[in-house]
This record gives sequence, structure tokens and C-alpha cells, in this order.
Amino acid sequence: MKICVLIKQVPDKNASLSINDNQSSIETQNITWVSNESDNYALEEALLMKEVHGGEVIACTLGNESAEQVLKDAMAKGADRSILLSDTKFNGLDILSIAKIFTSAIKNENFDLILSGLQSDDHGNSQLGLLLAELLNMSHASLAMGAEIINDTSIKVKRELENGWFQWTELKLPASISIQSGINTPRYATLKGIMMVKNKEVKKLSASDLDITDIISNVNLNKLYIPEKEKETKYIDGSPDEIANKLIDVFRDDIKILS
Amino acid sequence: MKIFVYIQEEQSKINTISLEAIQGAQKIAEKSNGSVSAITFNQETANSLTQYNLSEILYIEDPKLENYNPLYYLSAMEQISKQESPDMIIFGHTYEARDWVPRLSARLDIPFISDCIAFEINNDITFVRSIYQGKFNANYTINNKQSIISFQSGAFKIDTIQSGTASVRNISIDLSTTYDSITPGEKFQESAQSVDLSQANVIVSVGRGIGKEENLPTAKDLAAAIGGELASSRPIVDAGWLEPYHQVGSSGQTVAPTLYLALGISGAIQHVVGMKGAKNIVVINKDPNAPLFEIADYGVVGDIFEIIPKLTELLQNT
Repeated sequence: MKICVLIKQVPDKNASLSINDNQSSIETQNITWVSNESDNYALEEALLMKEVHGGEVIACTLGNESAEQVLKDAMAKGADRSILLSDTKFNGLDILSIAKIFTSAIKNENFDLILSGLQSDDHGNSQLGLLLAELLNMSHASLAMGAEIINDTSIKVKRELENGWFQWTELKLPASISIQSGINTPRYATLKGIMMVKNKEVKKLSASDLDITDIISNVNLNKLYIPEKEKETKYIDGSPDEIANKLIDVFRDDIKILS
Repeated sequence: MKIFVYIQEEQSKINTISLEAIQGAQKIAEKSNGSVSAITFNQETANSLTQYNLSEILYIEDPKLENYNPLYYLSAMEQISKQESPDMIIFGHTYEARDWVPRLSARLDIPFISDCIAFEINNDITFVRSIYQGKFNANYTINNKQSIISFQSGAFKIDTIQSGTASVRNISIDLSTTYDSITPGEKFQESAQSVDLSQANVIVSVGRGIGKEENLPTAKDLAAAIGGELASSRPIVDAGWLEPYHQVGSSGQTVAPTLYLALGISGAIQHVVGMKGAKNIVVINKDPNAPLFEIADYGVVGDIFEIIPKLTELLQNT
């Protein structure tokens, strides 16, 4: 199995984010960047498949130079090599245009599988893996909570549906599958794994490497802002004792759930 | 502006989010001098849609469309779009839409803005999405004649949907050459045991802030003392600390209790869609910037492990 894992670098969940002056993006200085959470599950699933069925795991990302770190982290956990798509021309593009860039970069790799996290914790389009399925003419499944390779030509995927329902779906390979968080327990990198990274390849590709000249975004992000509060929140403060007592008053007198 | 709305149904019952999408489409049409048509693959659904203010109902009959299969759905919608050339196709942002609509976008080469929470019309149409886990909103416009949009659950209220009389038009398409590389199996549920959180009057819900599994009894004791059900956000279920039926949010249950007491839940949009209908939301979180405070009626910025035991004790003594 030749497996591609799509990984995005995103701000850490606990990072305190602010908006830049022209309201077009977040301030990217002084925040901690990490691999997108559900992408970690996708990587783990790929590594587990490789352990059983052999093959190669290739991590792929699009981002600025700093995004190389998520590839290094993936290789430290066991990915064999990686691809970094990086160019200022790639900034601020809509997700379909980004999918076309990925397509140019990976179409000759002939992957059996593309695994991606369900959704990125930043813009959360939830589309890239599925767009690639179409552009690379692969079968697909989304929200995978389980995957079993049947043979060289097919795979079974347990898909999560709404309200606690599931469904096993059989896919012919090649396939692109988006992975739901919780499918496995992502491993940590070992010291040996980290030492191995320097021997592994990071292939860096720019727009000109991919013969991409003019890319126009069909969707513009015009303004980023803090959502207006929908409600007037009453804040309760004090010592833990005082807060607990005030909450009891609220439960009894305002919300009326205590008799 | 020619707007199509795809109607998702389950055993001929229209998904509420599709009705919300009709309502959204009607609002967009009103402000852009447009028309709204509904698309369905189900005969009964087509008939029940005639009660709404729609330009028409496009009904596609094909046995291959009876149960969801993304490749047949894609092919059907591709053919409809090419025959009818809508300016905008609107979907409810369901798990099913998430599975096939991105692919439709690539096939038709039409941009898809997913999971929108609102729109505004000035000169252009602006679509609003919630990003960075609910911390920010973003406004988007489209530089393309055609677009595909999905709206999140609750983006519009179905009680203001415009009624009318619409007629059904049958559309023929050809699925005989559609490549068959995806075979969905039977749907099933995993846990026989479950709690119907949708009927609960009081819910105590825990998120990442609970820290570790050993801390769960703190929340369980509070739930017992206050006479409520225990619920959680997704990460707690992912970690295996609680069974999936405790989960509230887009992949779990949708709830509307009198009191929703959120402990250490940051408020990612996937969780918020499942609980924003609660009559009273009380949020306790040590992070004052947690997005869930935005929809809180009462907020406490503080340590749940200092406050909850005292609260439980007081409740036990009343």
C-alpha cells in the first residue's frame, strides 16, 4: 500500500488568537503551531496499515516554510518521506484551488490511499480529501471510524453517520478517506524516530515546480471578526464558596430547577 | 438568481435542516429577485414539498437513488446542474452532504462554501462561517457565476418558511454508465444502552477541561446531586471516558434542557450546534476566551475542581 496522509499545520487549541490589522487573517506571530488533531488520527491509521500490509507512508502538506515541522513530526512517528507545497501564490486560495495544487503535486505518485483528517481546526472546510477523490478519480468515504483493507483492490470503511448510526462501506482502491478523531490512539514519536528524520526526504514544491502560473481564488475571505454576542452573559465571581452559593441562587430563583 | 435546494430525506421524511435550507434560499431569493426550486430523489418528498413557496420541485426517479450512494447522487446532480444551470445550489450541512457535495464541487468546477451560519446581501452576497473552533467568524464572497453553499443546522428557523403551491416536474437522467466503486452497507447502531438526552431537563456536560478520566466522578456527583443527566463533548468520548450516547453535538445528540451546565467545554462549533437550544446555559471554564461564553446566560471564569465539589455539597444539603 502506498498511502498519502494530508496534514495541516494549525494553531494549538490553547493558543490565544488575535486578528491582524486588516482583518484578513489571524496574527501568526507568537503562537504555538501543531498538526491538526484529526490529521494525527489519519497518520496513525496509515502507520497501522503499513505495519500490517507493508508499503510506504508519505506525509503531504501545503503551507509556509514553518509547516515543514508537521512533516518532520509525521516522519518522526514513522512516515517514510514527505512533500511540502509552499509558495506565497498559494496563500488565501479557496479549497478547490488548493485541491488542484495538491492534484498537480501528487497525481504521478499513484497512491492507493489518501487519508486525511475529517476537518481542520482552523478554517474547517472538511473538503480537501473528498475534492482529491474527484480530481484523482478515486473512490471515497468520509467520517471513517474504522478501516480494514480487504485485499489489493478494496477496503472496508466504517463510516459514522448522525445520531449514533454507523455504516460499513466497501471501496475499490484507489480511495481517499477522511478520518474521524477517536478511530485509534495516535502514537508519540520515539527518540529513535526523531533521530531518523534527518535521513528522510522532504520534497519541496513551489508553484513554478508544478507549472502553476496564474491561480485565482474563486472565494474571498473579506473579513475576520469576533462573533457578536448573542446573549448578555451574567458573570458570577468571587471565591469558590461564594460562586457555588450564587449558582445555587441562580438555579433556584432564576432557572427554577430546584424546589 | 436561480437557486436550487437539495432536499435530504430519510424514509420519505424531510430532514429539518433541508427545510431550513429552503427558508434560507427563500430569503436569499427575496433579496436578490431570484427563484427557488427544490430537488428531490423521492416521490413522497416531492409531493409534500408542493405546500411551500417554490418555483417548482424537480423530481428525479431512479431506483439507484433510493438509498444513499455518493457516486449515483453525484452523477444525478451533475446532470441536473448541466441541464438546468442553477446559479446557486444550497444544501443543509449534514453528514451526508459532507460526504458527497465537496466532490460535486470538484466535478462541476464550482466553488463550495460549506457550513455557513448566515448570509448578508449588499452588492454581493456575503456568506458567514464560524472558524477557528468558533473563536472567529469570517465573511466570504464568491467570484464565480455559480456557487454551492451548505448551511449549518439552526442557521434559519423553519417556522417562517413561506408556504405556497408548487408543482412537480420530473427530470430524467442516465445513471447506467456511472462507475460503481463505492458500495454502502446496512446502517446500524452500536450501543444498545442509551440515554435520551433530548428529554432531559437538566444536563451536566463535561469537556476537555475535566483533564483526566479520574476526574469524571466530580461531574457525575454533581449530575446526581442536581438531578440531571451527564453529557460530554466529543473529545471525552474519543478518549473512551464516556460511552458515545453521552455525546452532545453534530455527531451526537441535540438537546434542549432547561439547564445546560457546561464544565470545561471550550465551545467548538460542532458541540454548540447540539446544545444552543438549551433554555439556560451556564458555563464554567478557566479560559475567559472560551467561545462557549458567547452563548452563555451565566458565566463563571474559574477552576471547575474548586467550584464543583462545593456546589455538589450545597446541593446535597438542600
